[in-house]
Amino acid sequence: MKLIFERHKSGRRGFSYALPDVPQAKPLAKQYCRKNDTLLPSLSELDVVRHYTNLSRLNFSVDTNFYPLGSCTMKYNPKFTERIVAFEGFAQVHPLLPQLSGGGMLAQGSLEVLYETEKLLAEITGMNAFTMQPLAGAHGELTGIMLIAAYHKDNGARRKYVIVPDSSHGTNPASAAIAGYKVIVIPTDKDGYMDLEEYKKKLNNEVAAVMLTCPDTLGIFNPNIKRIADMAHEAGALMYYDGANLNALLGKARPGDLGFDVMHINLHKTFATPHGGGGPGGGPVGVSEKLVDFLPIPRVVKRVDGTLALDYHRHKSIGYVAPFYGNFGVILKAYAYMLYLGKAGLIQAAEIAVLNANYCLASLKEYFAPAFDKKCMHECVFSASRQVKNGVHALDIAKYLIDKGYHPPTIYFPLIVKEALMIEPTETESKETLDEFIAVMIEIARLAEENPSCVTQAPIHTPVKRLDETKAAREPNLRWQP
Amino acid sequence: MSYIPHTEDDIRQMLKTIGVAGIDDLFKDIPSELRPKSFNIPEGKSEFEVTQHLRKLSAKNATHLVNFVGAGFYDHFIPAAVDAIAARPEFYTAYTPYQPECSQGWLQAIYEYQTIICELTGLDVANASLYDGGTALYEAAMMALRLTGRNKIIMDSGVSLIYRTMLYTYTSNLSIEFVEIPVVHGQSSREELFKHLDDKTAAVILQNPNFFGAIDDYSDVVSRVHKFGALAVASVYPVSLGMLKPPGEMGFDIATGEGQSLGLPLSFGGPYLGFMSVKKEIVRSMPGRIVGATVDSDGKRGFVLTLQTREQHIRREKATSNICSNEALCALRAVVFAALLGRGGLKELAEHNYWKAEFAKKTLARIPDVEVKSSSPTFNEFTICLKRPADEVVYKMIDKGFACGFPLGRFYKGMDNYILVAVTEKRTREEICLLADSLEAVLR
Amino acid sequence: MNIPQNLFYTKDHEWARIEGKTAYVGITDYAQESLGDITFVQLPKAGDTLRQSEFCATVESVKAASDVYSPFSGKVLSVNQEPCEHPELINESPYEKGYFFIMELSSEAEKAKLMDAQSYRSYVEGLSK
Repeated sequence: MKLIFERHKSGRRGFSYALPDVPQAKPLAKQYCRKNDTLLPSLSELDVVRHYTNLSRLNFSVDTNFYPLGSCTMKYNPKFTERIVAFEGFAQVHPLLPQLSGGGMLAQGSLEVLYETEKLLAEITGMNAFTMQPLAGAHGELTGIMLIAAYHKDNGARRKYVIVPDSSHGTNPASAAIAGYKVIVIPTDKDGYMDLEEYKKKLNNEVAAVMLTCPDTLGIFNPNIKRIADMAHEAGALMYYDGANLNALLGKARPGDLGFDVMHINLHKTFATPHGGGGPGGGPVGVSEKLVDFLPIPRVVKRVDGTLALDYHRHKSIGYVAPFYGNFGVILKAYAYMLYLGKAGLIQAAEIAVLNANYCLASLKEYFAPAFDKKCMHECVFSASRQVKNGVHALDIAKYLIDKGYHPPTIYFPLIVKEALMIEPTETESKETLDEFIAVMIEIARLAEENPSCVTQAPIHTPVKRLDETKAAREPNLRWQP
Repeated sequence: MSYIPHTEDDIRQMLKTIGVAGIDDLFKDIPSELRPKSFNIPEGKSEFEVTQHLRKLSAKNATHLVNFVGAGFYDHFIPAAVDAIAARPEFYTAYTPYQPECSQGWLQAIYEYQTIICELTGLDVANASLYDGGTALYEAAMMALRLTGRNKIIMDSGVSLIYRTMLYTYTSNLSIEFVEIPVVHGQSSREELFKHLDDKTAAVILQNPNFFGAIDDYSDVVSRVHKFGALAVASVYPVSLGMLKPPGEMGFDIATGEGQSLGLPLSFGGPYLGFMSVKKEIVRSMPGRIVGATVDSDGKRGFVLTLQTREQHIRREKATSNICSNEALCALRAVVFAALLGRGGLKELAEHNYWKAEFAKKTLARIPDVEVKSSSPTFNEFTICLKRPADEVVYKMIDKGFACGFPLGRFYKGMDNYILVAVTEKRTREEICLLADSLEAVLR
Repeated sequence: MNIPQNLFYTKDHEWARIEGKTAYVGITDYAQESLGDITFVQLPKAGDTLRQSEFCATVESVKAASDVYSPFSGKVLSVNQEPCEHPELINESPYEKGYFFIMELSSEAEKAKLMDAQSYRSYVEGLSK
């Protein structure tokens, strides 16, 4: 497709403003002004709408395709929540309104959304309090690690290390590193769990935190989790819970009860807010009681008269991690989703998510090698190791699935599984959808035996065929040039 | 209520395939002593009930006020076509375009967005978005520290206090020396800045227009910064760039900013859009996703995520940033907004903002006891000084139906009598005149 | 797999060719093969002082980034700019056109810690099992 810039035609206009009702002011001195106008395209409104509508049709999405992208929880995104965020009373509120003198009463509705969402998340996770500020999961991790640093500092301790298992999401070590910690990586044992012996060896009073995902990225619930937490606490370290996989645990286990001190939630995963082609997300961070004082300011608090206010007077707070109160629009959608599902709905979400993943695992394990042969939680991980023998890699399987109208699973992650295929069906997909997907996967396994080139040449029905990523990286072309 | 399609029969059949008797068997790895101590969540409600409940809450927010509050976050008009495109489920229910063959729409849209940001800022390359203007500025600072191997950052106090506070929060566990340069007569003090600039300096961070609305041409500062081998970082307001000299023209190495003004609702603080553009020499140190153009096996143009070795999913603890999810849908809104306006519309938007603010300045200046600060040129925001505490005046103005501006005493010591007033294209002559009348009445 | 006789090798798949008091340094055929198409290389600067087994360069392909460790201690005398502009040279000619830099050896005795071609070959064969 042409680029929007290649559709430019001088003289066209897609939008114009009313004639100004004030006089033109004296132009600014030249030194403050740009030399040339921008090269933004000039187009009609229809030109723009058609261009982006047609572009949208080149994407797979949850609404158009099964999207079992592991670790990303691509569940259905309710439509009614989109309508709610567009309410003028939510969309048009300037974030500084409640910070004006006397402005506290001007945003009670939004403050109530924040306050009530925090309470719900605390009960769902067993944590003591939440900050809604973090703007995505990784941002939550960074916030959590800073809270941990503040806690240790307050206790007069300077700890240097953060422990992560080698199966962790890349964001975990990255977050720890940019917060100023050195990362210690613990290998996975033959059963798919973090190696306890290695963990014991590396754990000491220089370790600030242990970051874990539970269920982990192999889709397995680690029954040793409480023991790992107890050992960390004995060494004076805190436990960080990466909430990426929380969907499996709703009503079944709570990170707070498992011994975690700090956690983030990916609202765009567990609580069904749209992923928006990469974002925005939301990454609220929950803490146990001993960390509440360090949470970012402001906190939303209830006054004796029942009204809500912003509290800035918390001298141990780490400060601001977002300009205001978080990705409010995302938080609002998650709140509406939780109210709609309620207790039974949330528990059912976890149950069916786990049922769907195990159904895929059971139906496919004869054809693809499971990373670990045991029941899984919300996602199952296979290795394409059997197919590789015939020259069919995880990447080829992904591309063939695209041809068949399926968004591929996550591939080559977790890094510890060679040729990994990580399938997370989520609870909103029906048995029929799964059966059709399973049939295609079985067809791929058969083709890999009988006619591998059929798979390795895929995709052929897409707007573009396999792209030259080497060229893209060697000769970066990152913007349109006239 | 739920979105689960399973019938009881489906569940029975699936359990049979799995080889377990009931769903509970799938959770038996979770020991009974680790089951929730409580799970007191209210029972579900219907879509209608939830909608009504939230409609009521939304009505508790004030939407009747005529808004003159900006302070980095502006009340601009959003063309309906922006909402329509962002509401396409093929955009908003997709995720990061890891698989290019089924994500060309997203990839191309981001490539176009990157181009728009480069055009606005006058720099070579942009990333696919960061969370907001503050985190973008933090990422720029980290980039400068990495590139120079130094640990001192000079920051103008005309940079939004919100962003400065965020930067301090993020770096509190690192050993970084910060120097803040005072603002004199609304502008960055060259004298102070140059006094602190040395060969230990990693970056000098400036904002244009600064928090007080003042415009500057920092070309002289930037060339001095470069003499010391440091990087110059600018935080900018994209709508103003329809008219103002872009950071690239002044020689800045990195530009960041808040993209909310490009078609995003104020929405009580988010989701917003952090943007970043840099000189091409330092692109490999840039955080975040980047889309590049390439060709497919038939030689046809296509787009992919590129230079991914910078990112956490490959580099882990050595990555340039921990960012994963970004603000792609907000970036889409920005590129659609920019395409609708086009080069002419963007310039027009900037001019209208400037003219209306100039008109407001003149109108307010006529009020006795109001001094409009005019030592520097401004864009669409300016400060006024009163003879009494601004807080009190702002409070009374709310009763008159105006959010008349942001009282600066909240952020700056000694500025208790100052108000920061923003005037966007949405404000009419009538509203500006009424603002002046009401203010005069309040001050009387 | 191409493993020339006259070179010294490390476990991290660097090679060194000693010429008098200096050594040419690069990455092995096995390394370039496992990385795939190399897209970027970042080399030390002439004049940098390196220590044996310490980080000295980065090589990247589309989906991987690898650190390169110096086979010897000593000063970098000159850097081969060719692979910076044409990283494919590392794939095509890892031991000749795609070398990384020439260094002055502080101590030739350090070669005791390196492998000869034969031991490197059996080391690599062990890895692919």
